[in-house]
Amino acid sequence: MGGFAWNILLALIWVAVSGNISGAGLFTGFVLGYIILGLTLREVPVFSAYVRRVPKIFMFACYFAKELVRSNLRVAWDVVTPTHYMKPAVIAVPLDARTEGEIALVANLISLTPGTLSLDVSTDRRCLYLHVMYLDDLEETRAQIKQFEARVLELLR
Amino acid sequence: MTEWIAALLLMAGSLLMMLAALGAVRMPDLLMRMHATTKAGALGSGLIMLAAAVFFGSAEVWARVLAIIAFIMLTAPVAAHMIGRAGYFVGVPLWGRILRDDLKGRYDTDNHSLESPAEFNERRQHEDRRDQ
Repeated sequence: MGGFAWNILLALIWVAVSGNISGAGLFTGFVLGYIILGLTLREVPVFSAYVRRVPKIFMFACYFAKELVRSNLRVAWDVVTPTHYMKPAVIAVPLDARTEGEIALVANLISLTPGTLSLDVSTDRRCLYLHVMYLDDLEETRAQIKQFEARVLELLR
Repeated sequence: MTEWIAALLLMAGSLLMMLAALGAVRMPDLLMRMHATTKAGALGSGLIMLAAAVFFGSAEVWARVLAIIAFIMLTAPVAAHMIGRAGYFVGVPLWGRILRDDLKGRYDTDNHSLESPAEFNERRQHEDRRDQ
């Protein structure tokens, strides 16, 4: 996260130099610092990785917000209508995430997306057990979760 | 204009919170109740906080609101995971129409360790061989 620390430093320098000590000033400094890092230090691997990561994180936040709304609507529909459309199941999904931080983030984000709830991770950390609310097809559901995990890991690594 | 946006966000947020509460009553088993409360609760409180940020509009309120939303998003799933796991562990009955249950028989009740599917199959094979 060296790139991020440098970006914060540039933002603080901007605040000090412009004398505009406020949230908006800090934000402007951050954006300017990001542009400077992107334009001038592209050859340095730490900075180029950081510069490429920021848009990805932004894209992921948008995608995640969309998924969050979609999952809420589906569950909400099941709550307010008298019929239960659920096809619940507890399934095991092998994990690609290795470190504790990665597993924690993946499990948390899975809990917040459509109809899935992380229950537990096996003691050897190889496999995540989760509760699925709408299991139409086991392999398809597993593939979706693996794809989601890959997206999260892409941000972290 | 900002008042209208704030009002809309507040309405949407409280509606979701109400749905979460309704879900906690209406869903057939513990795990599905956790589904309803985790997702709708997190998004609902997030929307209410956003309404406050839009209404007051200052940078310090925005900073606090974003921090609160981030912490709700981080902690709500952890609570759901712990409650769901504890419920499974003490044997709260699952809904009769559940399609499959991969967790069944994988917990070690003495030390609370959990086997992965590979370990589970290995142990089963081992026991089968021993029985023969």
